[in-house]
Amino acid sequence: MPRHDAWNESETLAIVSRHAHREGPLLPILHEVQETFGCVPEAAVPVIAQALNLSRAEVHGCVTFYHDFRDAPAGHYVLKVCRAEACQAMGCESLVKKAEDRIGVACGETTPDGRVTLEAVYCLGLCATAPSAMFDGRLIGRLDVEKLEAILGEAGA
Amino acid sequence: MTKRIFIPRDAAAVACGADDVAKRFALLAEQAKIDVEIVRNGSRGMLWLEPLVEIEDQGKRYAFGPIAPADVDGLVAELSQGAAAAGIKTSKALGLTEEIPFFKRQTRLTFARCGITDPVSLADYKAHGGYEGLAKALALEPSGIIDEVKKSGLRGRGGAGFPTGIKWQTVHDARADQKYIVCNADEGDSGTFADRMIMEGDPFVLIEGMTIAGIAVGATRGYIYLRSEYPHAATALNEAIDAAKAAGYLGQTVCGSSHAFELEVRLGAGAYVCGEETSLLESLEGKRGLVRAKPPLPAHEGLFGKPTIINNVLSLAAVPFILAEGAQAYADFGMGRSRGTMPIQLAGNIKQGGLFEVAFGITLGELVEDVGGGTASGRPIKAVQVGGPLGAYFPQDLFDTPFDYEAFTARDGLIGHGGIVVFDHTVDMARQARFAFDFCAIESCGKCTPCRIGAIRGRETMDKIMGGQDRDKNLDLVADLCNTMKFGSLCALGGFTPYPVMSALTHFPDDFGRARKLPAAAE
Repeated sequence: MPRHDAWNESETLAIVSRHAHREGPLLPILHEVQETFGCVPEAAVPVIAQALNLSRAEVHGCVTFYHDFRDAPAGHYVLKVCRAEACQAMGCESLVKKAEDRIGVACGETTPDGRVTLEAVYCLGLCATAPSAMFDGRLIGRLDVEKLEAILGEAGA
Repeated sequence: MTKRIFIPRDAAAVACGADDVAKRFALLAEQAKIDVEIVRNGSRGMLWLEPLVEIEDQGKRYAFGPIAPADVDGLVAELSQGAAAAGIKTSKALGLTEEIPFFKRQTRLTFARCGITDPVSLADYKAHGGYEGLAKALALEPSGIIDEVKKSGLRGRGGAGFPTGIKWQTVHDARADQKYIVCNADEGDSGTFADRMIMEGDPFVLIEGMTIAGIAVGATRGYIYLRSEYPHAATALNEAIDAAKAAGYLGQTVCGSSHAFELEVRLGAGAYVCGEETSLLESLEGKRGLVRAKPPLPAHEGLFGKPTIINNVLSLAAVPFILAEGAQAYADFGMGRSRGTMPIQLAGNIKQGGLFEVAFGITLGELVEDVGGGTASGRPIKAVQVGGPLGAYFPQDLFDTPFDYEAFTARDGLIGHGGIVVFDHTVDMARQARFAFDFCAIESCGKCTPCRIGAIRGRETMDKIMGGQDRDKNLDLVADLCNTMKFGSLCALGGFTPYPVMSALTHFPDDFGRARKLPAAAE
């Protein structure tokens, strides 16, 4: 079951008009576009640009600058594992390796069946309960092999 | 009588299962027909004990932790038999929360309410001294408010340590049709979580601090630029802003005065560099987060070119105390030019990790060994990184360094946002140096060459060193590169990446296959 609507222009324009009155509306618009469609597809860029009277380059530049915005939807489940220093100190790298081996793709990639995207995140602010992760929007502290297995099992990977 | 049970809604507690614990508590209490009110409070900051459940008994709170959903059965069974909280026998019983040594030895000024109140209850906030600072501020002239902030000695808690009152004065003196208060809540440094904790645990204190700032400088709009990795903080802030608006603490007439102040939370989008103030302003304007050259300072030309106060969460959250209790009450704490308290965050491989607010002057060794109890792994400490990914690595030889802006600078380090990450002796410092370059390469905004290119060349050179290729020559190259980045970069991302790299090289030469000490990057 897809989690997001297929991209369409009218819904994109409706999102733009909801935020257009705000100061500096582009980031809130891009967030809502991604929430709705699972990504900010290339086709959305000229539509947003025209509606805000910006150049395509300005919108494209903004979309590609920020790590959060995707140009294609992620897998059905997204597992973000923190790889910043506090989590490194508690062995996150071996957990990343474990996850990569288990699902057969490298960090930053999606499994061929589209079930799981494995990503790095640089700090979830859970540095005293490291290592930490976010799975399907849910925070996980004190991540260990057992918890990792359970998560990936839940994702059907 | 209704018994109050406190189970944190703080993200770290939730990440360790607090939501499941709260659900189970509610279910079992209902089944046992005991009258309980579950308050989802902020965290007390003793994160190794999360989820920390507190049971109130005759106005006193007893702690139990860390509590798993399965532990709830025992607690509820005892309560249903009429046991007093103090008498509940379980290995998880910790006694009175405020008697736990980690908590007891703190000086909680900014975090005074965090973990105690219901974070989104305005009534609770006011019952615990909330909005007293604003009331004092409304009775003062704007210059009087700024004088208080100046006298308190408060310095930017984001890391730069710039005197907050001077920044406010500059914006106050600027003439413009619109001014802004921007809160930097893009807490991206690994090892730091104080902003997150206060925003989740006592969001009103930040709202009050920003409102006072607005009144002091004549700004009518405020933005909290919050990183997208903090959804729980966004929820708490928005709930609190709605409550403050409904009660007249925000809006066209703040508390019926002639001052208007509107406040909005804006989400970042995963760019570390947006924690740099000018990059943050660009991002708020809806652009790529490219760092701006200074001058002009944001105080003169900030958000949308208008005079803007941009302060860290902790700086703004310290203001209500300063106004309510007086500048002197704040300035009485601290050492040298570092006045007041610092919410220090103990993280990484540490036995007792958490939030520890204390007056400046405590030594690094006391923090890591006495308060934090050493490593979680039980192995000896090798290094601690202070101040986030751009902070220096300190060996045990330097554990006598007092927590103070100038003392850390004197030892080629920085206190940054007050995060301390502990590593045990299994860490390879050459890998950490490589990571510093790697992180800078991933997060560089790309505007200036030393950072954009330097980080990548640094990573490549570290790979050669770690591969044993021309070690001495390449180490000299790294030192030279760090010198260029330090003095040639536009902002702290490129400018401070040399701190972790050079400190690793200087203090841990063995890990780089080199026995002699290198000179630090030239001043």
